[in-house]
Amino acid sequence: MLQYILTHQAEFMVLLRQHVILTCSAIGLATSIGIPLAILASRIPFLERPVLLLGNLGQTIPSLVILALCIPFLGIGFAPSLAALFLRAILPILMNTFTGIKNVEHGIIEAARGMGMTENQILWKVQIPLTVPVMIAGLRTAVVQAVSLATLAAFAGGGSLGDLIQQGIMMVDQERLMTGAVSTAALALLADFIIGLLQQWLTPQGLKISA
Amino acid sequence: MIRLENVTKQFGVVKAVDQVNLHITPGEFLVLIGPSGCGKTTTMKMINRLIDPSAGRILIKGKDISAEDPIQLRRQIGYAIQEIGLLPHMTIADNIALVPRLLKWPKKKQRQRVEELLEMVGLDAATFMHKYPRQLSGGQRQRVGVARALAVDPPIMLMDEPFGALDPITREQMQDEFIKLQEQVKKTIVFVTHDMDEALKFADRVAIMNHGKIIQCDSPEMILRRPANKFVRDFVGSDHTLKQLSLIKVKEAMITDIDTLHPDNTIAQAKELFKRGSSNIVVVAKTGEAIGYINREDLNKTPEDRFVSEITVNSISTVASDKTLKDALTVMLKNDAGYIAVSDENRKPVGLITSSRLRQIVSEPRLNSREEQ
Ligand SMILES: Nc1ncnc2c1ncn2[C@@H]1O[C@H](COP(=O)(O)OP(=O)(O)OP(=O)(O)O)[C@@H](O)[C@H]1O
Ligand SMILES: [Mg+2]
Repeated sequence: MLQYILTHQAEFMVLLRQHVILTCSAIGLATSIGIPLAILASRIPFLERPVLLLGNLGQTIPSLVILALCIPFLGIGFAPSLAALFLRAILPILMNTFTGIKNVEHGIIEAARGMGMTENQILWKVQIPLTVPVMIAGLRTAVVQAVSLATLAAFAGGGSLGDLIQQGIMMVDQERLMTGAVSTAALALLADFIIGLLQQWLTPQGLKISA
Repeated sequence: MIRLENVTKQFGVVKAVDQVNLHITPGEFLVLIGPSGCGKTTTMKMINRLIDPSAGRILIKGKDISAEDPIQLRRQIGYAIQEIGLLPHMTIADNIALVPRLLKWPKKKQRQRVEELLEMVGLDAATFMHKYPRQLSGGQRQRVGVARALAVDPPIMLMDEPFGALDPITREQMQDEFIKLQEQVKKTIVFVTHDMDEALKFADRVAIMNHGKIIQCDSPEMILRRPANKFVRDFVGSDHTLKQLSLIKVKEAMITDIDTLHPDNTIAQAKELFKRGSSNIVVVAKTGEAIGYINREDLNKTPEDRFVSEITVNSISTVASDKTLKDALTVMLKNDAGYIAVSDENRKPVGLITSSRLRQIVSEPRLNSREEQ
């Protein structure tokens, strides 16, 4: 495997870079749209049901189906892959943020309101800080899913470590297959580790103490 | 200070609060009590506009609060609920300084206030300031909750079962401290509880609610002595005699016409006292403390040139004059004593409590006969 990487260094690096770029853009997009959307939805009562429904429905559709559905609209290449990854990643981020905000203990909010905090202050100073751990748990799921889903981008011609797996299967090339599979797994573990650090760093101190 | 006029709150078909009228005067401690679901919390939350009434109006200092900005209103009313209300992601200092921060007090003033309040509720500021709520015990959190409600020194405090989640011992301790605190800060307080003993301990007036209505609103004594109806009587419970004793301070009920003798007085001097009609004689030491009493039979059997010390029965229990009659009764029962001496803060005897006096008090038909004596 190492042998393979060394001999095909240039090609491997291209695929790795594509894989990382694809994943990162999808996550970046999903986070920057998912979190504000969740916050908005939590503030507008009539959005609650549709959001929950969409979230649950979305989570049940297999990833490959999402990808397949994107191709007719976006053609082949980077765009449909990004769209599929984005759709997959936004769900856990959106849902976790939304339910996190909604599930902050009612007594805490009532107390904050009783103290004279405005609804905005309650959102930003109480609900969101208390939701951070749940939010990041959602991000974690999203990232790990996106890293593995990015391998399917090979089918859409998006280019990723998935190419190695696909080629490996078609050419019955164990070495190539293993390289693609193992490096994707390693990437997922690395991403998980980084998010773990992020979680440590972002979680408010007072919430790290087990109650 | 706070006036509720025909206030009604309807949740769908449920009338949570039904035509309530209440007038709470400045500095008054009003306790709302009643069975679960009777509308206590709803009544209280209408005062800081967490809930708006369906009908009727509420005035604070003469102003209709429905015309006021709820945010400003709430910042002027202390609000303490069960420990759940502390924000877990903020330090104790930040929790207490919540409203000062909203009001943009200077940092230094906020910090001083936090330290002052922590000391006031009996927590060491240096130790607790930088801790988080989850690092505190239930009792400590409750103290922080009270401190937070007092932060900007609001004239009005609303407290919804603030000691509800505590074990009985901590609870009683917190109650005693809270009474002392209230003597210092003298707030107008609306306090919700389930616990009649707690109500009687704190209240200037108790408002007993049922099904959204106020059934009786009266001083604790009147509630105990003249329950408005069967509901109140049942709610107060069958041990109301004992409860009544807990309302009366020893110094209000003690027999004050006592005479004292020293151990080195002569029997003749003692007899002289009895002849003058004194019936309550306490023997006191040179230091002024009560040490015992003498019996009349012993006195008559003893030659006049002997000393009081020879016939003194050296056992007398004492109770401090600022305790309640319930405490006095406890001392009497524990020591199997028919009477006990009452001592002032210098441990000097200032009166007596006898079992017949206790019987007389609980059977007094009229409320104020005690004061009229
Ligand atoms: N937001 C609400 N929506 C609908 N019904 C409510 C609401 N809040 C309270 N109620 C109902 O109003 C009634 C009074 O409730 P409230 O909370 O004031 O009672 P409480 O006296 O404080 O009871 P507890 O001692 O159990 O705290 C209850 O029947 C309750 O179910
Ligand atoms: Mg209640």
